[in-house]
Amino acid sequence: MKVSIYRYNPETDKKPYMQDYDVVMPEGKDLMVLDVMHLVKEADTTVSFRRSCREGVCGSDGVNMNGINGLACITPVSEIVKPGGKLVIRPLPGLPVVRDLVVDMSVFYKQYEKIKPYLINDSLPPATERLQSPEEREKLDGLYECILCACCSTACPSFWWNPDKFIGPSGLLQAYRFLADSRDTAQAERLADLDDPFSVFRCRGIMNCVAVCPKGLNPTKAIGHIRNMLLSTAT
Amino acid sequence: MGMMVRSVTNWGRSGLSDWLVQRMSAVVLAAYTLFMASIFVQNPDLTFSEWQAFFDVTWVKLFTLLTVLSVVGHAWVGLWTVATDYIKPAIIRFFFLIVVGVTLFVYLVTTATALWG
Repeated sequence: MKVSIYRYNPETDKKPYMQDYDVVMPEGKDLMVLDVMHLVKEADTTVSFRRSCREGVCGSDGVNMNGINGLACITPVSEIVKPGGKLVIRPLPGLPVVRDLVVDMSVFYKQYEKIKPYLINDSLPPATERLQSPEEREKLDGLYECILCACCSTACPSFWWNPDKFIGPSGLLQAYRFLADSRDTAQAERLADLDDPFSVFRCRGIMNCVAVCPKGLNPTKAIGHIRNMLLSTAT
Repeated sequence: MGMMVRSVTNWGRSGLSDWLVQRMSAVVLAAYTLFMASIFVQNPDLTFSEWQAFFDVTWVKLFTLLTVLSVVGHAWVGLWTVATDYIKPAIIRFFFLIVVGVTLFVYLVTTATALWG
């Protein structure tokens, strides 16, 4: 199978370029894209990419495969490449490239940091733990599962154009995860931080985030919830 | 951390108010479009004097003015968003927004003059 990989080493290359590899695929097996990347690395050890758990939990190997963001470790080649077709792997779009498929995620983490991704509760903690009813806990389903792989935010045009001002789908999903938490007491402050014209409202409902999320989460829906919360607390 | 996003050229300072302006004005624009379409469908042979008499009615004038105000709000919020997405150099963006602002102002003045002039 033909595999084309985005190559860029800022120390030696003037510009990024695509490099083609011929990978011999084992018969009768559907490899994951990450397996193919390892076969390429066996042939050419200079190819760089991130990976860790290889089972869609750590979120390290988010890449762009034939134009679609996803985790290489849980994306079967058959899902991406038509028989006889070519596999094209690029880094996640919109972030600075450190080398080859490795991107600098600083701006993505900055947006995550902005939403204060931790419980805020200044009341005296009980002796054991802060309890939640099963119903209250249920509200966090579909929110807490985010693994911060950045597939969604780097698929979002609003994030491409304003990565410094728009929180992005991943950060907003997390923002709602804390807004919806019954144990958090900083709801008003959290909402006040989100009311500017960029942080939430730059979302145009394109829904690329929903289309690419490897965990099947729905940031657009969470953003809608945040908007409704802002509306219901506004005068 | 917690860097606040400051914006001085958007419509109402808050993202929520801009969003509301966009939605509410869209409803007015849709209503006026349907209203006008129904007028044209019901009066296929509309003459100038009929047209003039139609716009002599006070509530039609007010509805028209409200619609042009909605155009102003809707277009400003929308084009401000487009400009802050795609026009990165601040000088060019300000120039573009000035052109938009002047155009919308001219729309408003022209309409008011046509209705009450």
